[in-house]
Amino acid sequence: MQRLLVCLKRVVDYNVRVRLKPDGSGVILDGVKMSINPFDEIALEEALRIKERGQAEEVVVVSLGTPESQQQLRTGLAMGADRAILIETADELSPLTIARALRALVEREKPGLVLLGKQAIDADNNQTAQMLAALWERPQATFVSELTIDGDSAKAVREVDAGLEVIEIELPAVVSSDLRLNEPRYVKLPDIMKAKKKPLDTVALADLGVEAESQFKITNTGPPPERQKGVMVADIAGLVSELKKKGLVDG
Amino acid sequence: MVSVLLIAEHDGRDLNPSTARCVSCAASFAGNAVDIAVFAEHGQDVAEQAAALEGVRRILLIDRPENAPPLAAVLAPQVAALAADYSHVLGPSTTFGKDLMPRVAALLGVGQLSDIMAAETPYRFERPIYAGNAIVDVEADPQTKLVATVRTASYPQAVTGGSAQIEARSLNIDLPQHTRFVELRTDADTSRPDLQAAARVVSGGRGVGSADNFALIYALADALGAAVGASRAAVDAGYVANDLQVGQTGKIIAPELYVAVGISGAIQHLTGIKDAGTIVAINKDEEAPIFEVADIGLVADLFTAVAELTDALKR
Repeated sequence: MQRLLVCLKRVVDYNVRVRLKPDGSGVILDGVKMSINPFDEIALEEALRIKERGQAEEVVVVSLGTPESQQQLRTGLAMGADRAILIETADELSPLTIARALRALVEREKPGLVLLGKQAIDADNNQTAQMLAALWERPQATFVSELTIDGDSAKAVREVDAGLEVIEIELPAVVSSDLRLNEPRYVKLPDIMKAKKKPLDTVALADLGVEAESQFKITNTGPPPERQKGVMVADIAGLVSELKKKGLVDG
Repeated sequence: MVSVLLIAEHDGRDLNPSTARCVSCAASFAGNAVDIAVFAEHGQDVAEQAAALEGVRRILLIDRPENAPPLAAVLAPQVAALAADYSHVLGPSTTFGKDLMPRVAALLGVGQLSDIMAAETPYRFERPIYAGNAIVDVEADPQTKLVATVRTASYPQAVTGGSAQIEARSLNIDLPQHTRFVELRTDADTSRPDLQAAARVVSGGRGVGSADNFALIYALADALGAAVGASRAAVDAGYVANDLQVGQTGKIIAPELYVAVGISGAIQHLTGIKDAGTIVAINKDEEAPIFEVADIGLVADLFTAVAELTDALKR
């Protein structure tokens, strides 16, 4: 397989507790640490390992958004990707728009495999991989925790509600990563320096023939309902008595 | 006219309870204009279980050998073909629905709404973002077909007692051959309540310390008649299998009683249990965030506390 394409989304860092704007217009992003979506980082790690096993020649990372996403692409290059592409747009992007843009990019890059996270930890949509696979009319292996490439096909172990589902897919295909696929490597300082010299191309979303659109409009972003303050008990007797009060145990 | 096509989830034998929860969501905005599609091989039994759900108009049974395993690539074009007659296409926000519905939406050239937790009208919804740390109000364009997944923990199961008619449908569609089902590896213990449907759940976290120590969790679960769950940390550490994981990337559950043992309460875990009726937390660290959401908290060494609680419940 010549090429692997990995999609990286710029999101609020995993460790940041998000705060909401008081007017309901969204979450506060000013001054907040941004990172690669952790699931996408796992997808990139998997691509790098496939290349290191000699099963692919090149790893290309792609992101969509404003030039700020170059930061995440540079991190991807520092992890070991060979080159990066920013699909530039200032528009709000729905998963369908992103899938259409990736579909157009796939036509240019002809990857053997597209890897991305199963969901982004901001909008939690869990859609892009499946939509890209549909538009591309290729197989999808979602929520993958183990991936084995064998020539023109791959075996994927998927984390599903009932356990682990194993499927075989013909390549090219789309794979979305679950948490336990691997543990991404740490970036070392010399790699960050090297990454600065790697190619990072920019293409406008419109130049891919894609227009940002969505049938959904977010009209308010608010806090979740709060749970009532609970009680602390001193021992098991206290715990059992509270459970009895709530009618959860007999007695 | 608002009408809903709901895609049934099943294992070839039993209808998954997620389908009955989706019926409640669909009925909340579409009245009785709710049809259920059952894609299966020999799916008559499953279709009959779906037909018994109150509030369902009819069951469409699409029976063919290719529909035996739940492969999104195979099911999606069939769902897309049936979707023509409906304003809404719904599936559960389980791994089955999350795999399938976006593929259906893209085939139809429309977007998809994930994790409906409330429907104010057929085109106004609430859904969680940022692992449930914010709730957004979403307005959908009424002129466009709406494909969505339903956050099953937000809805009760529809009751049984209905008798919808079952119609066999054959769809003359070429199905892709590029995706093949190999096997489902499951060590699901059928003698225990199902984690997603259980009224009571006992979960263990990293604090439990080992796979062997999880016997304590199972003993407490047995004393309560509860299902067993786990935090991501416990699954990552290999104490239990992935299908027990509760949280943002695992299962979102809404039992009457949730007992968290040795679980610190990362945001990603809390999002999976926010709809629980009563949350009990046992942890030796009094600063653990789990106590912020617990209805009943006990700061204690879990090994003695869980054994004591199990004994007290057996008495």
